[in-house]
Amino acid sequence: MTFLIQQTLLYAVPLMIVALAGVFAERSGIINLALEGIMIFGAFIGVLFVRLMQGTALFHDAFAAKDWLTLQGLELLAMLAAGVMGAVFSLLLSFASVNLKADQTIGGTALNLMAPALVLFLIRIIANQNTLGMADGSDAASWFMIKKSTFGIDRKTDLGFLGETFINRVYLATYVCILLFIVLSVLLYKTRFGLRLRSCGENPQAADSLGINVYKMRYAGTTISGVLAGIGGFVYALTTANCASTGDVAGFGFLALAVMIFGNWKPLNIAGAALLFGLFKCIAASYASIDINGDGVCLLANAPISSHVYRMLPYLITLVVLAFTSKKSRAPKAEGIPYDRGQR
Amino acid sequence: MKNQGKTLLQRDGTKTVLASLLSIVIGLVVGSLLVLLVGLFSDNLGLSSAWEGIRLIFFGILSTGRSAVGNLTWGFNPQSIGNMLFRATPLILTGLSVSVAFKTGLFNIGAPGQYLMGTMTTLAIALGIPSSALPGPVIWLLAFLGGMLAGGLWGCIPGLVKAFLNINEVLACIMTNWIAANLVTWFFDATKVFQNTVENTKSSYVYKTAYGRTLVDGTWTYVDGNGVQTAKLGLDKLFPGSQVNAGILIAILIAVGVYILMTKTTLGYQLKACGANRHAARYAGINDKRNIVLSMAIAGALAGAGAALYYLSGNTEFYWHTYQTLPATGFNGIPVALLAANNPIGVIFTGCFMSMLNIVGLQLTNLTAYNEYITDVIISVIVYLSAFSLLIKMLLSARKKDKPEQAAADTPAEDGPAGEASAEKGGEQA
Repeated sequence: MTFLIQQTLLYAVPLMIVALAGVFAERSGIINLALEGIMIFGAFIGVLFVRLMQGTALFHDAFAAKDWLTLQGLELLAMLAAGVMGAVFSLLLSFASVNLKADQTIGGTALNLMAPALVLFLIRIIANQNTLGMADGSDAASWFMIKKSTFGIDRKTDLGFLGETFINRVYLATYVCILLFIVLSVLLYKTRFGLRLRSCGENPQAADSLGINVYKMRYAGTTISGVLAGIGGFVYALTTANCASTGDVAGFGFLALAVMIFGNWKPLNIAGAALLFGLFKCIAASYASIDINGDGVCLLANAPISSHVYRMLPYLITLVVLAFTSKKSRAPKAEGIPYDRGQR
Repeated sequence: MKNQGKTLLQRDGTKTVLASLLSIVIGLVVGSLLVLLVGLFSDNLGLSSAWEGIRLIFFGILSTGRSAVGNLTWGFNPQSIGNMLFRATPLILTGLSVSVAFKTGLFNIGAPGQYLMGTMTTLAIALGIPSSALPGPVIWLLAFLGGMLAGGLWGCIPGLVKAFLNINEVLACIMTNWIAANLVTWFFDATKVFQNTVENTKSSYVYKTAYGRTLVDGTWTYVDGNGVQTAKLGLDKLFPGSQVNAGILIAILIAVGVYILMTKTTLGYQLKACGANRHAARYAGINDKRNIVLSMAIAGALAGAGAALYYLSGNTEFYWHTYQTLPATGFNGIPVALLAANNPIGVIFTGCFMSMLNIVGLQLTNLTAYNEYITDVIISVIVYLSAFSLLIKMLLSARKKDKPEQAAADTPAEDGPAGEASAEKGGEQA
């Protein structure tokens, strides 16, 4: 059960944060189809940062002295780098869709094509193969994992169910993302900035008539979206792909879009939806080793169902869930329509 | 002379072609800049290799390798051109697939999935029917039609959910893509018979269709040269050493067929009406839901046909362990369609251009330290630019009013160093 909850969280948290990225863009009126591409780019930047950092003396000393505070700090820095570069990458989308009034779907698709191409081009040149990991092949994810030994607790001590689940073998990044999710949700709903941002996605003409700069707001929405998607991409690579970048996040950005629609563009619903999808993704990834009631029998692996079914499940469920919810879903009214001052 | 040139330049079609050419040149220039940057900042590459990379990006199709001294050699390379035509075949068809959907106002990003389902069905039919049961051409035709049917049915799914449940077709397409990728892996994993065991060096490949299902000593085995393959029609004599076959001619015929369908028939008119304004079309008595499903079905069938023509060539193998990746041919249908401004005849040329880039990428990988992903960067830049092609078109016409001479000078900007300079000017303005 502990394993199931931890694994679900690992998949649900990037989904949640990237779905929130989608909310910020769409609530300001820009369809951000490029989430997948920004995630790929963010993952690459984060991993590259960790790889470069590995060569520095600061890291070397901290690693040798088991100074976990510094290591966690470096993890946060890598997240920051991924977020910043994600934002820079998303500027391509906001420039095209705000200033040039381009078709946002095509613009997003272009970024989705560009990110893996650019990333793979660079990875091939840096690492001479199609995967960017650490230079010496070590497992970077384990450096950042918080374990019992991190706090000086003996490995055999039982911390109880809550302790085992939420303190042992977890990543700080997971909790930072949850905190970020809460803070930004409050920002979107309880502050003046949030209200203005949302008004630009519903009725930009009215917002403009009240003195709100729609172009600026849409830039803000897409840029926040880029930061979150970049962070989400790195967190995905760190926690589920052993801190390696391969120019691929297996359709996670699109799943996040589905989570966003399923969650009706509302943060609380999205958190719930992300947990549900995280569970299916977790089943798809590790159906063979999930032991639900702890009796040592892996129910799912023994069931007479092909492993291909489990892998297909997240996508199939998405389609079915969308079929049931899309009639009721209410997208921001002005999303996808370039704002034209002359049409006021 | 001047007057005649003006009317030609002012035509909308000319502007579209110019905008596309400009996008292409900007894309190539961005690719070259990236190569230059990497060359400058990398320790082991240097400026001279960057210059070689840039020359290959622009003229890679004419490259014939390296001379004994190590310099790049240039000339007519029949193998490259033949392979370009061969690889253009599926690209033209996925491009047609995307453009038909575009005309109905739908973004068919599901071409990879439809392509995969087409591949699976085509291979299953071509390899499943014993060579002795039916003559080769009949099996070929059955496999081709089967691939089209499978692609069409798979395309129906996003069409149906879009028309009746109002699900965004982009999301539905993405999900069906991944479901198809898993289904295809499942199919070849479970059936086992199609897995290539003759050439033991390769794992996870399906037989080429040149292998036929044959009864040898009471057991079914696969024998080379007994199966089905597309006729060559002498094209292999024209381009020796390449994989080209009659598939490219079939693709061109289909493109002409789609052109006639979209411009000369009632169905085409209805499809386009739905794309222009779904609600107005319904008001005019057109069944918009039926047309959305139909448009996606046609789009899917075209993508399936592309897969069928590619794999029925007899000498291409299918890597069936695909559940983690989607075929790039499907996604590249998007730039093919966008560059051609959704014109079925234009798709023939842009399809050839995309496959030329593909060959260029291979030449880069083989001859320099750079790799084929640079061509994907170029393609993505072109897609990005086509997102605001309308703006480029406007800029082109605005510039022409001011300086007609300069605009005329832009016309031969297809490729080459002369076009490079003018494109940089255009890039600044865009």
